[in-house]
Amino acid sequence: MNPSAAMASQPNRDLPPLPGRAPQPIVEVRSISKTYAGGIEALSGISLEFPEGRLTTLLGPSGCGKTTLLKIIAGLIPATGGQVLVDGREVTGPGPERAFVFQDFALMPWASVIRNVAFGLELRGVAHSEREAIAERHIARVGLKGFERKYPHELSGGMRQRVGLARALAVDAKVVLMDEPFSAVDEQTRRKFQEELLELVANEGKSFIFVTHSIEEAVYVSDRIALLSRRPSRVSAIIEPQIQRGGDPEKIRRDSAYLDVVEAIWQQLRHYLD
Amino acid sequence: MQISELAPALPALREAPARRWRDLLIHPLVLRLLSFAAVLALWEYAGRIPLSPAFPTFLETLGGLGAIMADGTLFKAFLITLHPLVIGLTASILCGIALGVLMGLHEPSEWLFAPIFVIAQAAPLAALIPILTFAYGIGLTAKVMTVCIMAMPVIVLNTLGAVRNTPKSLLEMGSSFLATRSQSIRLIILPAASPMIFAGLRLGCAAAFIGVILAELLITPTGIGDVISYNQSVADYPKMYAAILSIIVFSVLFIELLERIEVTLFRPEARP
Ligand SMILES: Nc1ncnc2c1ncn2[C@@H]1O[C@H](COP(=O)(O)OP(=O)(O)O)[C@@H](O)[C@H]1O
Ligand SMILES: [Mg+2]
Repeated sequence: MNPSAAMASQPNRDLPPLPGRAPQPIVEVRSISKTYAGGIEALSGISLEFPEGRLTTLLGPSGCGKTTLLKIIAGLIPATGGQVLVDGREVTGPGPERAFVFQDFALMPWASVIRNVAFGLELRGVAHSEREAIAERHIARVGLKGFERKYPHELSGGMRQRVGLARALAVDAKVVLMDEPFSAVDEQTRRKFQEELLELVANEGKSFIFVTHSIEEAVYVSDRIALLSRRPSRVSAIIEPQIQRGGDPEKIRRDSAYLDVVEAIWQQLRHYLD
Repeated sequence: MQISELAPALPALREAPARRWRDLLIHPLVLRLLSFAAVLALWEYAGRIPLSPAFPTFLETLGGLGAIMADGTLFKAFLITLHPLVIGLTASILCGIALGVLMGLHEPSEWLFAPIFVIAQAAPLAALIPILTFAYGIGLTAKVMTVCIMAMPVIVLNTLGAVRNTPKSLLEMGSSFLATRSQSIRLIILPAASPMIFAGLRLGCAAAFIGVILAELLITPTGIGDVISYNQSVADYPKMYAAILSIIVFSVLFIELLERIEVTLFRPEARP
């Protein structure tokens, strides 16, 4: 096997157990299809497994249905066919074990940072002082200490997404769903985010489902990448980058193993462009 | 990589004193005062041409204002005018927001009620007044109804639009964090709608002022309407225009107050 990348043409092959982890998937997508009103077929019979405690990325060309699949997993929109299992239970709507990080941040402009971060807890009826204490912890955690009483319009794009992330972490969900969370921030901030995301995955024990259209980003942060084809979407390959992390980030980005995976995915995606 | 986004805009070098003058000149308060001054100067000029013998200058009007304030006419007239205005406006605001929110949340009620308000908004009020007096007589009720017909449609329709325009991503955010329907209405839809609802309220208030004066001129002369039509009939134009000016100033101040209330109570993020 290629030392750095395990490519599989079979989308649904059995995964070898990841070292030190249970092979049990936390999220299972079983032949999900979605046809929007108006006849646009976004997904056609997608099946995928998301291992627990890992970061799995949905990567594919723009408009291929990544957001659609993520929102179906989140229970925000119904699928036309198939089922989604989270922790073995079928998804019928949003649930406390899943939290969403939105591409456009979805912050309430009339609410301060701390109220935005605590909003999930507020909806669950957690008492004011308790939820503010929890929110403060997560605000500090994403590096926004001192900004608790600011309003979203006073923050940069990168800081707003940190608020969105803190809000998702504050409800302590097992699965964090992130829809192109870094697409609206500048490249430097984006790289910093990627480092921090890796740290979260390593330390939180949560499972992350991440959507991006950037190959480099996917390879850099993912334990597992599901490559989606053009609409109507199917899984065209599963890739496990197995990058040696924990070194100097700049070195990793120049590492030949990393660059090989990027190149291999690029070759795969290329023929969708023609 | 988007280097271009990282490149800071070069600060333009300006001469400091010139800049200070320009900053002062474009200060909102200065601009507003300039705009008022221009209108008043134009008025004074038009009065002096004279445009018409029935059109007093601004200074003459101020004299008239002094006179009707000194003898207590203006104050008494305001109290009388405020009566139908306050009742009509309060009813329009309460019913208008409630109906608008209901229509925004519940589509069948939009189909049921919206046409009424669209028609009411488009209908010429003067043409409706004979019907109103026929139905409600010439007393307070007819005047209150006139105020409502003027003020309510814009409040209802703005509220409806505001509720419908709640950003979809905020609604999705709410449901992904398990908001119940009532939580999402109270904590997301209404706060998101409040700036546009308040915009409707400001328009509604302006319309209510117009409505109450129209009612006082067209139904039975009372209050400010009486001061206007009485002074017109005795050709005391400075007093007539003073009454008109005073109601305009009052309505502008009232709408300004409403904006202050909105920012203090509902828009913490807009506070300086
Ligand atoms: N609400 C909708 N109604 C109709 N078509 C939609 C809707 N949302 C998305 N689509 C279509 O479904 C396809 C997949 O969309 P999306 O999941 O947003 O793609 P991605 O996130 O991969 O860019 C696109 O072609 C898009 O036009
Ligand atoms: Mg998308």
